[in-house]
Amino acid sequence: MEFSEHIKTANVEDVVLRQPLHPPSRGTLCITGHHLLFSDREDGSSRQLLLLLRNIDAIEKRMSGSSGTITIKCKDLRVLRLEIPGMEQCLNIAHSIETLSCLDSVSEMYPFFYRPSDVSLQDQWGPSSPEKHFSRMKELHDRWRLSTVNRDFSVCPSYPPAVIVPKNISDDMLEKVAKFRQGGRFPVLCYYHRKNGMVIMRSSQPLTGANRKRCREDELLLQAVIDGSDKGYIIDTRSTQQALQARMTSGGFESKSFYSSWKRLHRQMERGKALQESLIKLVEACGDEANNMDRWLSKLENSKWLSHVQTALSTAGLLAECVERDGHSVLVHGAEGTDSTLLISTLAQLIMDPCCRTLEGFLALLEREWVQAGHPFRQRCAHSAYSHARLQQESPVFLLLLDCVWQLWRQFPLALGFSEALLLRLATEAYASNYGTFLCNSQQERWALGVKKNTHCLFQALLRQKERDCYSNPLYEPTELAIWPSVHPQSLQLWRGFFLRWTPQARHLEEAQEEIRNMVIEWGKLALS
Amino acid sequence: MEHIRLPKVENVRLLDRVSPRRSRVGTLYLTATHTIFVENEAGVRNETWVLHSLVCSAEKQAATSSGCSLLIHCKNFQVLNFVVPRERECHDVHLSLQRLSQPERYEELYCFSYKPNVDEQERRQEWDFLDLKADYSRMGLPNSLWKLSPVNQHYKVSDTYPADLFVPESATPPVIVGSSKFRSRGRFPTLSYYSKENHATICRSSQPLSGFSARCLEDEQMLEAILRSNPRSDFMYVVDTRPKLNAIANRAAGKGYENEDNYSNIKFQFIGIENIHVMRNSQQKMLEVCELRSPSMSDFLEGLESSGWLKHIKAVLDAGIFIAKAVAEEGVSVLVHCSDGWDRTAQVCSVACVLLDPYYRTLRGFMVLIEKDWVSFGHKFSHRCNHLVGDPKEVSPVIDQFLECVWQLMVQFPCAFEFNARFLITIHSHIYSCQYGNFIGNNQRERIELGLQERTHSLWSYLWKNKTDYINPLYRPNHSQTQGLLRPSTAPYCFRFWRGLYNRFDRGMHPRQSVEDYLNAIQEETQQLEEQLASHKQKIAQLAQEQEQEQEQEWDVSQKAFDKSPTAWALGKDLGLANTPQDYTGGFITSSPCQPKAPDSSLILLTQDPNQTIEFNLSNGSDQESGIADVSCRSPLSEDSTRDPDSDEAAYCLS
Repeated sequence: MEFSEHIKTANVEDVVLRQPLHPPSRGTLCITGHHLLFSDREDGSSRQLLLLLRNIDAIEKRMSGSSGTITIKCKDLRVLRLEIPGMEQCLNIAHSIETLSCLDSVSEMYPFFYRPSDVSLQDQWGPSSPEKHFSRMKELHDRWRLSTVNRDFSVCPSYPPAVIVPKNISDDMLEKVAKFRQGGRFPVLCYYHRKNGMVIMRSSQPLTGANRKRCREDELLLQAVIDGSDKGYIIDTRSTQQALQARMTSGGFESKSFYSSWKRLHRQMERGKALQESLIKLVEACGDEANNMDRWLSKLENSKWLSHVQTALSTAGLLAECVERDGHSVLVHGAEGTDSTLLISTLAQLIMDPCCRTLEGFLALLEREWVQAGHPFRQRCAHSAYSHARLQQESPVFLLLLDCVWQLWRQFPLALGFSEALLLRLATEAYASNYGTFLCNSQQERWALGVKKNTHCLFQALLRQKERDCYSNPLYEPTELAIWPSVHPQSLQLWRGFFLRWTPQARHLEEAQEEIRNMVIEWGKLALS
Repeated sequence: MEHIRLPKVENVRLLDRVSPRRSRVGTLYLTATHTIFVENEAGVRNETWVLHSLVCSAEKQAATSSGCSLLIHCKNFQVLNFVVPRERECHDVHLSLQRLSQPERYEELYCFSYKPNVDEQERRQEWDFLDLKADYSRMGLPNSLWKLSPVNQHYKVSDTYPADLFVPESATPPVIVGSSKFRSRGRFPTLSYYSKENHATICRSSQPLSGFSARCLEDEQMLEAILRSNPRSDFMYVVDTRPKLNAIANRAAGKGYENEDNYSNIKFQFIGIENIHVMRNSQQKMLEVCELRSPSMSDFLEGLESSGWLKHIKAVLDAGIFIAKAVAEEGVSVLVHCSDGWDRTAQVCSVACVLLDPYYRTLRGFMVLIEKDWVSFGHKFSHRCNHLVGDPKEVSPVIDQFLECVWQLMVQFPCAFEFNARFLITIHSHIYSCQYGNFIGNNQRERIELGLQERTHSLWSYLWKNKTDYINPLYRPNHSQTQGLLRPSTAPYCFRFWRGLYNRFDRGMHPRQSVEDYLNAIQEETQQLEEQLASHKQKIAQLAQEQEQEQEQEWDVSQKAFDKSPTAWALGKDLGLANTPQDYTGGFITSSPCQPKAPDSSLILLTQDPNQTIEFNLSNGSDQESGIADVSCRSPLSEDSTRDPDSDEAAYCLS
């Protein structure tokens, strides 16, 4: 397909751009296959705006007389306005944006065209892999093994080719277990707690169905996980009621009678559409400056976003408590095991494991627990809060994760090696990116499209020296201790840096962060001189 | 002492508010000034001190098998729940506390018995620390437009006003006296703030006694004089901070507001800030929400909304912004009043001053501002803060709202204030504690009669002596945020719940590590290093003459600098580990519980060992696990728990 067939008007002169935090400016607008480009014609200043069309969530056009206004609402929550002379030009531009901003074909997306001059496509891709993860943890080797049963993605299409499983469970058994778990997501190890040898496993729900089927191999696998210990916990991210209902649609849960050493704990976490609607309501509330105080608080409450943050953090706290304080292994799953399951396993690892709290460690954690573990980014992040399109599989689970991590950072400002700027960058990149990292729904899809060969890796780019400085936390002081977040409503806050990012108040806070960085640099220079 | 029926009770339990199953057992002591709880735990000496004057209410609840519960609410928002084994003892403690916390005479207040180790001359000097006249001359007064009027010497014209007042040059004593007769409590229009740049002023008064039609020539002349003192402006604003309905209701009582027809060139404006009763109830409701045991997010937000508290804070800030903009941007003078002109008027004038003048955003300037607009102009501290047993309808958190407005501004402008939130919270505590003489009484005349400057200590000099505790490390006098008029946003989402004040004593709710403490530490270290570097450079210069040794010496010097620097590293690490909730609270009040006579062993102490309260304790490795892990959570085994009953109940188990 040629992009040019969607571009009837490529350039318009004399366009006025209004964007937050800047005075309006007049200049030339240009549409390309992947970008909207605006350059300022004022003397002296040569301000430019380069916006990925993929970043555009919704547009609204309004015609008046011979000119028109296009309001552009971005997935990073920015709202821009273009005043375009000429009705036809305006309609053409609007049409191009509408079409090009939601192209379906992944291989036509910008990451496949992005070729920065200073890096090569041959560079290393991704900071972590199951193989590396496994080989680094020597303690695991006598009881666990790296299985390549999924090397051609036939056992579980959403898993990576290699996974960590108990040593005495053979690949044949794994194949049987996979048939008993939704989407083939059989229980695999995602975290090993060095202090006491306990582990976190994750999977999807067992397919017990209404007639309570069982699977001997599944039971053996879980038994092998707690080998030697008296019991383990299963944290089911659905309510008891929801888990019971899942049986009607061939899903289910591990019943006490067949999994006698496992104790199930149900914690209801919101997912899917409900979460997307929550985001939409919150963003709408934040955009309405004219509200009086009462309406703001009730809209904030009504969006339930902070309730979801609270639930996610407290469930993750529960999971970490089971492992760290109670000294037992835990299996986490909900239904598919690709959303809330990953959310709480990631947060629990941040709470317990100091290695995950460095910049590299955090990116490696995201690589393992989200990219490789098969969070369907393409479906979940197709649209954000402004889109008028009918909701399909969109759900801001990853954004919720970033918000929870931000809450951790607020409560332990010295314990994380990365900065708020990193979280903001990730929140933008997940929805629209120059890089291939968040493309596709699974490793299988990425292999099929040659994402590794044809695009650049975001995580590697963030680790390059020049980016690093801005994404590391100047106050970082590693601690070996677990960082238990407080989940009192008073302790949780709206993530202003993200939801109110384009207001002057957010700038003031950024300036303060800048001052902090300068102070630490100043001190560092003297202390080490 | 005659009020203490029972000086000591043993085996008392102090319940944790957030997780009541976790409790501490110890001995409760009642002294003349404090309630002290000493934990029995072997090895640690954990003490909680509560000043009687900070006790807001003590309620005895019905006895149960485990004992009789005594619930103490404090004016600094601490809540203590004791369980006393025998009802008889509880009854005695309750009665004693009720009496001790409600003094009947000024002489009973703590400030008259508080005797830190300071000699008389030094004590006298404490009161010279702030000088309001100096602030007026900083503004450029007196000048050709404004003069210091002797009219209220001996408080003859208005007994609630200060003796020294600035009035327009053209205002004669008959005009002033005439105007004062037309104003509630004689509080005639007088100057609060003068802008050197453009001559615009903020003036304040009480409401006029206009009723439905009365007018007063002198009062009209007074406003005319104020208007003419701002030569570049041809009108002035008169801002009535009450809701219009309230002001109209006042007319029926012969009071009211200015009729635009009678005063030439005024623009009259209502700004609806609610009265002291609404504010009292609103804060009460909010505090009930803060006290909920394990509220869901929705419970909390709904409760906060229905309290209306943030709406009132916004109203005060909005009014302040209106006035500040009139003065700075339009160059127009403003006269502000409410009913008596000592509550809403004080709030609004002082908020406007903070917005207008960077000086009031410094440590010293902020103290001056409170001294000027609140203390000297007769905000009724003793009534509003309930220092003495009195009419509960007079109590209202008017000053709390002012401090909170400033806090909200600090959140929006992190680099614009020289002081930190701890400073505001400390001032708040001492407004209620009665430990210092500054806020005793209701006006200047009363304070002079009580001889406070002769008999008590001043908070301001205490704060100044300890200013390192109150400095905001991010303050940048030259930062763009800091210059001139502050222009805050008043979009509703900018207003936050002030956990640091209202849930101050709920340790588990606060961040576990403090950026501020960390920055202060490195700032101090940076300074030391710079000094070292300078002196080393000097040495090097001297040594440079002795050619032979030069190289070696330089190396030696840099080695030394390096050897000395790791303190801050160690310190930073320590904050990561040892910034336990106890340390955080302990850091607020930096004194030792075992020396009650030491300066400011004051309010509340939640500390273990006196030596451990030092903020940066390098060797505090003892409590690592509980330090951070204290947030903790209910056992996953909740229903069939076999774990020790003392373990923390619940945080993560919200269903």
